Amino acid sequence: MYTISNRLKTFSIILIVLGVIGVAYGFMTSHKSLDEVKTMLADEHAHHDGGYETQAHLVAGGENHEDNTHDANAYDATANVDDVQDSAHDNVSDHGNASHDDEHAEHVKEQLAKRPWSAMYVAAFFFMMIALGALAFYAIHIAAQAGWSPLLMRVMEGITAYLLPGAIIVVAIALGSHYIGHNNEIFIWMNEDVVAGDKLIQNKSGYLDITWFIIRAAIFIGGWCTYRYFARKFSIAQDNAEPGDNRNFKKSFRIAAAFLVFYIYTESIMSWDWIMSVDPHWFSTLFGWYVFASMIVSAVTVIAMVTIYLKTKGLLPMVNDSHIHDLAKYMFGFSIFWTYLWFSQFMLIWYANIPEEVVYFVTRIEDYNILFFGMVVLNFLFPMLLLMNSDYKRLPWFVMMSGVLVLVGHYVDVFVMIMPATVGDRWFIGIPEIGSILLFGGLFLLVVFTSLTKAPLTPKHNPFIKESEHFHY
Amino acid sequence: MEGSSKVIHAMYTDDDVLMAAVKKVRAERYHIEEIYTPFPVHGLDKAMGLAPTRLAITAFIYGVLGLVVSIVLMNFIMIEDWPQDIGGKPSFSYIENMPAFVPIMFELTVFFSAHLMVITFYLRSRMWPFKKAENPDTRTTDDHFLMEITAGANVDEQFDILRNTGAVEVTLIDKAH
Repeated sequence: MYTISNRLKTFSIILIVLGVIGVAYGFMTSHKSLDEVKTMLADEHAHHDGGYETQAHLVAGGENHEDNTHDANAYDATANVDDVQDSAHDNVSDHGNASHDDEHAEHVKEQLAKRPWSAMYVAAFFFMMIALGALAFYAIHIAAQAGWSPLLMRVMEGITAYLLPGAIIVVAIALGSHYIGHNNEIFIWMNEDVVAGDKLIQNKSGYLDITWFIIRAAIFIGGWCTYRYFARKFSIAQDNAEPGDNRNFKKSFRIAAAFLVFYIYTESIMSWDWIMSVDPHWFSTLFGWYVFASMIVSAVTVIAMVTIYLKTKGLLPMVNDSHIHDLAKYMFGFSIFWTYLWFSQFMLIWYANIPEEVVYFVTRIEDYNILFFGMVVLNFLFPMLLLMNSDYKRLPWFVMMSGVLVLVGHYVDVFVMIMPATVGDRWFIGIPEIGSILLFGGLFLLVVFTSLTKAPLTPKHNPFIKESEHFHY
Repeated sequence: MEGSSKVIHAMYTDDDVLMAAVKKVRAERYHIEEIYTPFPVHGLDKAMGLAPTRLAITAFIYGVLGLVVSIVLMNFIMIEDWPQDIGGKPSFSYIENMPAFVPIMFELTVFFSAHLMVITFYLRSRMWPFKKAENPDTRTTDDHFLMEITAGANVDEQFDILRNTGAVEVTLIDKAH
């Protein structure tokens, strides 16, 4: 039996306390009055004046091209651009207009108020998705009757223990942002004032409705956690069964197959509900898969990291470097799978360039450029180059280092999915964001490692355990 | 020189026996010239002490080559040579229109990597159409395993060792023709 070390326990409690302080700081500083926001904007405006001149210069450069032999149509097109610029100039000159200023300040005020909520939501979802991905990975291995992984089953079960609290926290934050405070919801379709003036959201209100949101969330969480409960129960029962009695293993196999069907539907719907609907004007068909890829690769990474941690403590003596190698191969493969979906989603929308779809990526490339492309480096380029070599995949410290990069990359992925819709260009990875990561990271560690103490780390009487012990690649 | 052209062929009918024999023969410090098997025997290369293959490294290099070829190709055609406006796609620089090139970049990387690696494999293992088969005994393609070791000064002693390892047939072959 594994007992959680006091150091680890203290460490995770310190993380939680620091996190709570960070989150509290976020909430205290985020609710500004309209006047404060106006002063802030006026300050920023003063800073940005330098930038205006360069823009004007660029426009002039563009106009100089008119000397070239353009055909009439092209000339018209540029003329139109000038018209637009003129009208834009009119708007700028209207800037002194008080009502416009108020509207803008009101918008920024809402974005600032949404920031601590979104920061919590991103971190909560990130750790929830690790637990959910681990549950899917676990079910796949049972349904596929994998021979190499039974030694790691308890590690996976331990990680999935965070699913119930984690998923409830995600939904609680989503609803809390609506019910607590004013005009700071993560999901704007929950705001009646916004919906009242928005035909597009009104048309979707049959689906995007708070009651239905809660009912669907209850079905997802209920289904996943029921599977998790029984899988764990049968797994422990198999430990205590007579040798040769595989009834519990067979039951576990059957429910794993049923769960995977349930999972693939609910995961998709969950990603529409919990992530895609932050941008209720936008939709993408492969979004559910994209979230799944992010989920499974982070889960495999965490499974590998926990396994390596326990192995270095001498608690998983039968786990050899071939098991690590296999996990690292999954990290490599799923990283590329994630990239494939990321690119498919991006490229199809970029290529067709339909305004109602492309606005999603326009905001991300303009306001989140470093994160949007940085996560491709972290989630694709690094895992691809670091984990390609077969020898490196067997080095625990190397897998650990690559795992850190992958996890940072997928946190950024969730960040870029949520933040543009809530705080827009007012994003920053500061105290509220880091505080939220520490809070839920600490909670995750505490729940996972406490759960690991509840059962022996090596399952007994699993029909494949011998094969797993002798697994070598 | 005439001594070195003589080899001993030992026949086995089971891959486990063969593996044990390889370890024994290597422990006796006899040089194994070649082993012929009808199917891949897992772990035989390690038992024989063969160096690991570097084919994967060549595949990586070929893949990088394919990537470079695709980038140079499309940059020249689409951006430098004739940067036409095709459906409003930005052809001012390579990076601006890159998403449209990625499918080709990917496919050419895989194409170069796979095909050049296979050709490398054929060259390194000397395989081509109309090549004369190097098969000392036709049974080795069906159900027998053959180990070929250099005949030393004391052939009788080598024969004894090989028979003790479970060889069903041991023959002295003079390769010089």
